[in-house]
Amino acid sequence: MAITRFCDFEVESISILAENGDVDTGLLPADLSEDGYLGIYRHMLVTRIFDEVAISLQREGRLMTYPPCLGQEGAIVGASYALQQQDWLFPSFRESGACLMRGHPMDKLFQFWSGDERGTNVPDGVNCFTMSIPVATQISHATGFAWGSRLKRDNVVTMVFFGDGASSKGDAHESMNFAGVYKLPIVFVCQNNQWAISVPFSKQSASPTIAQRALAYGFKGVHVDGNDPIAVYKAASEAVERARKENEPTLIELVTYRVGNHTTADDWQRYRSREEVAEWVKRDPVKRMKGYLVSLGIWNDKKDRQAIEEIKKEVLLAHKKSEQVEPPDIEDMFRYHYGEMPPMLQEQLDEFRGREE
Amino acid sequence: MKEVIKTAAKNTIQGSTRGTMVQAINMALQREMERDGSVILIGEDIGVNGGVFRVTEGLLEKFGPDRVIDTPIAEATIVGSALGLAVKGFRPVVELQFDGFMFPAFEQIIAHISRIRNRSRGRFNLPIVIRAPYGGGVKTLEHHSESPESYFAHTPGLKVVIPASPKDALGLMVSAIRDPDPVIFLEPKKVYRAMKEELPDSEYTTPIGPSRVVLEGEDLTIIAWGAMIKTVLNAVEQLQDELAPEVVDARTISPMDDTVIINSAKKTGRVLIVHEAPKTLGFGAECVALINEKAFFHLKAPIKRLTGADTIIPLVKLEHRYMPNEKGIVYEARKLMEH
Repeated sequence: MAITRFCDFEVESISILAENGDVDTGLLPADLSEDGYLGIYRHMLVTRIFDEVAISLQREGRLMTYPPCLGQEGAIVGASYALQQQDWLFPSFRESGACLMRGHPMDKLFQFWSGDERGTNVPDGVNCFTMSIPVATQISHATGFAWGSRLKRDNVVTMVFFGDGASSKGDAHESMNFAGVYKLPIVFVCQNNQWAISVPFSKQSASPTIAQRALAYGFKGVHVDGNDPIAVYKAASEAVERARKENEPTLIELVTYRVGNHTTADDWQRYRSREEVAEWVKRDPVKRMKGYLVSLGIWNDKKDRQAIEEIKKEVLLAHKKSEQVEPPDIEDMFRYHYGEMPPMLQEQLDEFRGREE
Repeated sequence: MKEVIKTAAKNTIQGSTRGTMVQAINMALQREMERDGSVILIGEDIGVNGGVFRVTEGLLEKFGPDRVIDTPIAEATIVGSALGLAVKGFRPVVELQFDGFMFPAFEQIIAHISRIRNRSRGRFNLPIVIRAPYGGGVKTLEHHSESPESYFAHTPGLKVVIPASPKDALGLMVSAIRDPDPVIFLEPKKVYRAMKEELPDSEYTTPIGPSRVVLEGEDLTIIAWGAMIKTVLNAVEQLQDELAPEVVDARTISPMDDTVIINSAKKTGRVLIVHEAPKTLGFGAECVALINEKAFFHLKAPIKRLTGADTIIPLVKLEHRYMPNEKGIVYEARKLMEH
């Protein structure tokens, strides 16, 4: 009998494009061309500008409560960019940018955030699930979807987004356990943005990383600088590859920061310091990515201004389009509960209409 | 009726402060925490942030982090551990952030919190309050506008309390905290800051059980609870020249002392029940059954329910058409009078 060392674990932490612009060229993803970098950057700009416009529209009372993603564009876009057309994405409520990348029409997304549920109808061929508002619940939906891919052997990879707060819920643990047990082609993307509304990560978990939990489920966990879009892309594309080729799940922790409020109903000044936020603003992923493109000689301030102008126009136009639709008929409220509307609901619909006349 | 008058007399108001429902619940929590060292608060964002609706504002500063405890996001374990804390001698007041986020804790509430007294043959009781903002009308996201009261009222062993006004929120919350059994305390978020009332500065309790006659009348009885009370009162104002409805607030829906409702139904002979929750098996159905059993021969007209549809409460573009409103209440009240 003896006490022996039974297991050894390590957690990889990846950073490629540093805050000061330094690049570890040896780590650059081999499959990204200049167009790839430009593509990532453009989607980051779209994500940011959609966000800014949505916040100001919410303040005008034209959208419902909206959860901003300012500061997380590198994480959202870098990870989603690793998916192929046939793959599926399961967003949480903070990934409007990822939904747009997958092809959810922007005007529809605005329609949804304005409280018109017709906007949640993701068009056929767009492989993006409808947003899940309650924390962590989408993780098990994605797990089931990936399970289906495994059973059908259809080569589809599922990616699911969630946050550090969600990592505390049973849904996260149970789903990752399933993924390990059944060897599912799934990528768990945890955006650790440091704050679950007012609760800091240090009060959410006593462990230094979320990534390390993967080891307990029997698959790889990666810790990534989430404000480094290139490192995020690299970690995500390797995970997507592992899922596709080996049916190996991966947990990717993207260390990032929610620079804005949890939602437009929140006020971060109640629970964290301006200094802390300012520190993270310095690590802005958009600025960092732009710096890299400029250093490659494929981007400059003029192009940047033009791109921003163009995207702003596109976003405002999409919003305008979303406001031009006729208001929903009351039938929209009844129509989608069952494949066929039961007579009881039809009766209620008639009663509601009768009272409104 | 007698019950209500007795209650009012017992709580003779001396000094009072005007406040909202948010302030009233905060006041109740503070008073009970001062009075009883075993009262602790647990939930998400209730400490530094004071709760997303600010109901626990200032309590962390006053009572410290051992009594006002921010938890990780894990409703099942928040509620499950409240059970353990209660067995250990604490009186936990749990905040679940929104109605729709009560569901992750459903198993703990339905299968354990409600049953421990019975399961232990009375050895362990659970003086736990589970608070949650509930109901629609605040233009927010899915799962933030639910009316889940029937799920809990259908569960033996739970008390389900729903205040409609600031003063009742104060009195009922104090009673809920002192209650030896688990209380689901649903706070109509639409009312949170919508009105102010005089809140007694000294000891004030409202008994859990009996309904309250909000407005006396002769012609018909309108039963409602939560945010619907205000809507009903607005509708009644529009009807004042034609009829005098009696408005009853069923502020404890389980276990309910139905005396007030039955007496009112007997008096007026016409009953309209108004609630936000979907119609099928909403608590209105229980009211219909109770009146049918105990006051049937006093009725002059079939009892009518004006409720949410048997649909998911829609987002803002259709929400106002889902919610029972003044127009609908006036319409149904007039129709009842045709009998």
